[in-house]
Amino acid sequence: MIPEELKYTEEHEWVLRTGDDTVRVGITDYAQEQLGDVVFVQLPELGEKVTVGQVLGEVESTKSVSDIYAPLVGEVVARNDSLDQQPELVNSDPYGEGWMVELRLADPAEVDGLLDASAYQELAAQA
Amino acid sequence: MDSRRTPLHAEHEALGAAFTDFAGWRMPLRYDSELAEHHAVRTAAGLFDLTHMGEILLSGPEAAAALDHALVGHVSAIGLGRARYTMICREDGGVIDDLIVYRTGEREYLVVANASNAAVVLDALVSRADGFDTTVVDASQDHALLAVQGPRSAEILGGLTPTDLDSVKYYASYPTEVAGKDVLLARTGYTGEDGFELFVAPADAPTVWQRLLEAGQPHGLRPAGLGCRDTLRLEAGMPLYGNELSAQRSPYSANLGRVVKLDKPGDFVGRAALAAIAESGVDSVLVGLTTPSRRAPRHGYPVLDADGAVIGEITSGALSPTLGHSVAMAYVTTANVEPGTKLSVDVRGRHEPVEVVPLPFYKRAN
Repeated sequence: MIPEELKYTEEHEWVLRTGDDTVRVGITDYAQEQLGDVVFVQLPELGEKVTVGQVLGEVESTKSVSDIYAPLVGEVVARNDSLDQQPELVNSDPYGEGWMVELRLADPAEVDGLLDASAYQELAAQA
Repeated sequence: MDSRRTPLHAEHEALGAAFTDFAGWRMPLRYDSELAEHHAVRTAAGLFDLTHMGEILLSGPEAAAALDHALVGHVSAIGLGRARYTMICREDGGVIDDLIVYRTGEREYLVVANASNAAVVLDALVSRADGFDTTVVDASQDHALLAVQGPRSAEILGGLTPTDLDSVKYYASYPTEVAGKDVLLARTGYTGEDGFELFVAPADAPTVWQRLLEAGQPHGLRPAGLGCRDTLRLEAGMPLYGNELSAQRSPYSANLGRVVKLDKPGDFVGRAALAAIAESGVDSVLVGLTTPSRRAPRHGYPVLDADGAVIGEITSGALSPTLGHSVAMAYVTTANVEPGTKLSVDVRGRHEPVEVVPLPFYKRAN
């Protein structure tokens, strides 16, 4: 499942515009499927400044640990505290209740440079 | 090289399994959710394909004597129809593999080895049996191995076999029929639950698998992959070769000195070295660790004492689905093995508190 309205990264993350200069970030359905049951999610603190490719946090499944990368330059303005107690939301609703963080972007125009749904579809199909 | 597929591959595909390559085999990792499969085994039952395990058959007048010489256990003392957990060690006492030996006949023994060590164990047994009146045959191609594990196992299996399962004791095996097919039925497992392992001819495996799935459905049985097998055995404190067991350590380090029968008659490979280790003791011992968090210490992470000095290493760790927090096994120096000892684990640069606890983490009620 790859929603049309979202933007994507090569690291299997999705980005949703939530305001003029804010976005919400999570991992894709494909990513959660590959991970298996998510049992722990480590998210950054509010106010943390991040640059593209910087590690934002970690997702642990029963077997493995994966980094979550910042898709864009910005500041963490919200984090999904529900994941502390219910990491399984990443599996059950990756594009909804399983979201991870919201960022205030340094340059909102950078969102346009991310992959669109069809480009991500192609990437996921080749992976 | 392409991975080998088990005779149940089409069954796994039809069930929508995610696969993993393990020891040269294409094996089901999970069908749906590892956690759901784990809980099913703890509360109802799980059905596993373990065909990747290696089977080696020894037969002949001196089969038992050859195994007494080759392994650390007292194989000739195993009664007909019984089984024993044992190990094969190097001359220096390092563990080559852990094994289950089934006495399947007056002069016949079935040795079950880990998939990753099957070839090495076969070679070692062939060379160690040299001079004994026995044949050593790689019987892996002749066997598919299924396991039904969990508290409902006996109920599920009971309707498919003429054998009275109450008569099949723990670590015993019976030649019988399941779903009309010839099966060597053993009450063994690697999950910490009651359960059975079924050795069947590869051609019969799909029928037996399908019938078990059908019979198990009303009881909550799920097909279960290697993913949950690992968390199940970890909770049960059972060692895994390549993690807790290796050629670099003896059975004594793993608290499994009891499998080394120094007092059995005759010499065996590794005896001198193992006797010396039994006498002198070991520097590091396997312990259980629990964490208050869901973040798992993982294989290879350093274990630190209260002063921050590295005193050990994690061998296995995961979130325990049954307990709801992470657990791990680790080798730590003997000064740090007392239950209650506070240690920490370097989890990718972050020091997480852990506490030494007795193994196993989970023990079934009955």
